[in-house]
Amino acid sequence: MARGPRPVFLARRSYRRRRIMDASRLLPVLGTLVLLLPVLWTPQPGPATAAVWLFGGWAGLIAVTAGLARHLAPAIEAEEEALTPADDGADDGANNRSGRG
Amino acid sequence: MMPFNILLAVCLVYVIALFCVAFLAERRAARGQLRFLRGPWVYTLSLSIYCTAWTFFGAVGYAARSGLEFATIYLGPTLVFIGWWGILRKLVRIGRAHRVTSIADLISARYGKSNGLGVIVTLISVIVAAPYISLQLQSVTLSFATFAAQGPETLDLSDHGGMALWLAAGLAVFTILFGTRNLDANERHHGVVMAIAVEAVVKLAALLAVGVFVTWGLAEGPMDILTRIEAQASTGWTLVPSRFAGMTFVAAAAVLTLPRMFQVLVVENADERHLATASWAFPAYLLLMSLFVLPIAVIGLERMPAGANPDLFVLTLPLQEGHGKLALLAFLGGFSSATSMVIVAAIALSTMMSNHIFAPAWLALRRRRGGAGSGDLRSMVLISRRLCIAAVLALGYGYYRFSGGGEALAQVGLIAFVGAAQVLPALLGGLFWRGATRVGATLGMVTGFGIWFYTLFLPSFGGGAVLSADLMMQGPWGIMALRPHALFGLSGLDPLLHALVWSLTINAVVFFLGSGLSFPDPMERLQGMAFVNVYDLGPGAKGWARGQAEAEDLLSMAQRILGAGAAQQFFQLEAARQGKPGFLPDPTPGFLTALERELAGSVGAATAHAMIAQLTGGASVTVQDLIAVAGEAAESKEHAAQIEAKSEELARAARALRAANEKLTELARQKDTFLGQISHELRTPMTSIRAFSEILTEPDLPGPARAQYAGIIHEESRRLTRLLDDLLDLGMLENGKVRLSVAPVLVRDLIRRAIEAAAHTRPERVLRYDRDVNAEDVILTTDADRLLQVFINLISNARKYCTADPVVLRIQVRRDGDRVVIDVIDNGAGIPRRAQALVFEKFARLGETPEISGVGLGLAICREIMINLGGSIEYLPGQGGAGFRVTVPVEPPVSEA
Repeated sequence: MARGPRPVFLARRSYRRRRIMDASRLLPVLGTLVLLLPVLWTPQPGPATAAVWLFGGWAGLIAVTAGLARHLAPAIEAEEEALTPADDGADDGANNRSGRG
Repeated sequence: MMPFNILLAVCLVYVIALFCVAFLAERRAARGQLRFLRGPWVYTLSLSIYCTAWTFFGAVGYAARSGLEFATIYLGPTLVFIGWWGILRKLVRIGRAHRVTSIADLISARYGKSNGLGVIVTLISVIVAAPYISLQLQSVTLSFATFAAQGPETLDLSDHGGMALWLAAGLAVFTILFGTRNLDANERHHGVVMAIAVEAVVKLAALLAVGVFVTWGLAEGPMDILTRIEAQASTGWTLVPSRFAGMTFVAAAAVLTLPRMFQVLVVENADERHLATASWAFPAYLLLMSLFVLPIAVIGLERMPAGANPDLFVLTLPLQEGHGKLALLAFLGGFSSATSMVIVAAIALSTMMSNHIFAPAWLALRRRRGGAGSGDLRSMVLISRRLCIAAVLALGYGYYRFSGGGEALAQVGLIAFVGAAQVLPALLGGLFWRGATRVGATLGMVTGFGIWFYTLFLPSFGGGAVLSADLMMQGPWGIMALRPHALFGLSGLDPLLHALVWSLTINAVVFFLGSGLSFPDPMERLQGMAFVNVYDLGPGAKGWARGQAEAEDLLSMAQRILGAGAAQQFFQLEAARQGKPGFLPDPTPGFLTALERELAGSVGAATAHAMIAQLTGGASVTVQDLIAVAGEAAESKEHAAQIEAKSEELARAARALRAANEKLTELARQKDTFLGQISHELRTPMTSIRAFSEILTEPDLPGPARAQYAGIIHEESRRLTRLLDDLLDLGMLENGKVRLSVAPVLVRDLIRRAIEAAAHTRPERVLRYDRDVNAEDVILTTDADRLLQVFINLISNARKYCTADPVVLRIQVRRDGDRVVIDVIDNGAGIPRRAQALVFEKFARLGETPEISGVGLGLAICREIMINLGGSIEYLPGQGGAGFRVTVPVEPPVSEA
């Protein structure tokens, strides 16, 4: 849209960050599946089994979200600069170093 | 057992503690210590108002009746929060960028700042909230009654209504005290949020404590609980997939659209990064809140006598087992859940009612009466908010009395959720779809809400209460297709799901069709783009084409809403950004947009827009602007930005040059005038001195005449000396050669002395002084005589030049950090715009008033004195008269000498 020309290639770190954003956007879909599953089983399991699955899945989702959020919180600030090529240049340096190491 | 009056006392102590927490938080916020108050944890805890008394008591009841289905109420929000990057972040970004004050404000701003939509959302929210608030009142009174029934003395609590009334009144007082302290631009309520965070901890701790007691005290650990769950499972516990999914969806929608959730989620958000923490911490809170619900329900079903109300198991279970203290904690948890929800809901609803219904009505009323008028709008808005809070609670109480209580708690909550969800299509459409229009949103919401009202809300009062049993069975006029619980023959679903499916589907379809078939006006399209592309465009498109408004009118309006200090600061900053001195920036489109956003933070987007439109003549967006903003793909944005930056810089330089040039030209003219003036001023006394001294040389002059002529010569030479003194004084001040004698002095004394001394100027005039003697109780360390000279000059000027009759001179003193600001304002005609830049120049005289003596050095001397004292004096426009602002440092600046 009005964003102006975006860089075609992103440095590894920015690239990874984008994928984390994607994962974060898609997590509710996975979550819906996990949480609806015990309802769809046939024959329906006893409430105890369903409860264990439900709360376990719930806790799992929370853990995954916490992991993603840890990487995304700094990105809120960096997001704008990550879109400009200047940031890429800086990242390239880091990339080269990791490439050599 | 817990005596009832001890329970009351504990309750009272708890409420007082909450008051203290809120009060301390407000005080810390006032001192600027916001780190902890606005941290991610307080934010996350404040979100817990989602868990109301319905959750606290009702969830166990829900679980006892329907098994695991109770969890849907928490799973919905969990799904919304784990996907925060997609929806919530955008919502919060928009809320902050556009200074949104409520969900009604957001919807109204998105669809072209249409107040009509704001009114619709407000009405929906109020109708939905009333039963919900009554539910909270009911749960607290019910839990009180439970305790009373257990007590040894039998208290007569048959009058539950009386207690609910007291509760509602108390909550109204708390909310008014801490919810309407200020009209903060960002609508943040530190005290309330902090109190809610504390309540969140209390209710979680209470529920966990009861849960632990049940699991390890009454049962033998988790495994035992699981076997008991299996054993207790009844037929009602079978999970119905459609219902499970539907409930989850409704809860997810509610967390986005409930006004109180919007308040804590968006309006009170201080930092987008807090959302990152809340994204997992809030679901974790919900998980903990629901972890022990099923165990409590199962053990309650086992142990409590048949027929006991499962909605109160959290309370009755510990009571029956003889754990009075645990029951007390549970009671406080329920109390916390109820009160925090009611407080936030009342704040959110009162903001909406006041901004979208009362403020526009008041504006329209005044416009009809004619004239822009004056008067403090702030107090009007604050009073209307307070009345609205009282009205919201009265509404909740009224519903409580009307419905008589007694219904299963969970049912009312779910009905309210489905009602609130009717805002969802307009909200999400507004956030992600540029094609969404006002017509579509209006039609969709009204239709959806209507269906909800007919199929769910009215039937909820029970058979025959509002809708007759006959109508429920046969449909209105015998039309089977219109049966409230089986619309268009869809009869397989349970009523809630039935209403949800029909209302939301038809809502969304009408919204889509209405949007597609209508054509949005320019403002709507601009706002739509600003919202949908909020990450790209920054705070939003410029909505104002050209500034036809006078900056001074804008200032006097802004002062009435933002308060004098904040408005003046805002204008001063903007003027400085444009490279202009003083308080009056050019009304550029950018400035008007910024001002509108600032006002929107206090009174909502639609009202703010209407107020500015009133002053600018309404020409807000032209087709050119639209083309300019919408030509997104066409030109390289960077190039345009560069040119814009350059041209802006040029414009700023040109403005500064023009101002300097105007000033120079005017000064040159003034100097010429002055030379004529000073020659005249010198010649008149010189002529009379010469003439009379010649007469005095006559030898045979009678004694009295001689004395009279000598007197005239004396008076004239004194006038000359005074003139020369002034000139010398000014010269010394300008060169910084004055010696200041610095000593502490009370501002009140200074002003009193100045008033007395100035009384000699035109003594025939009577002045009324409008002072706040308490505010003047400030001690300054400065040169008192010099400062006095400034005040005498200002007051004498008012006596000399003010045209009003009677003259009222307002003197306002306030402390501003390490400076004291003193405003001296009269009620006359003021100083015309053109002359404002010149009044402090030497020899400047406004107009020709021959009967008044003076050569135009007074204010120039004042300015030099203030510079020497380390302060300043400025002309203060937009005060309804000539206003001068004197700023003095409390301590004198350290001089290099």
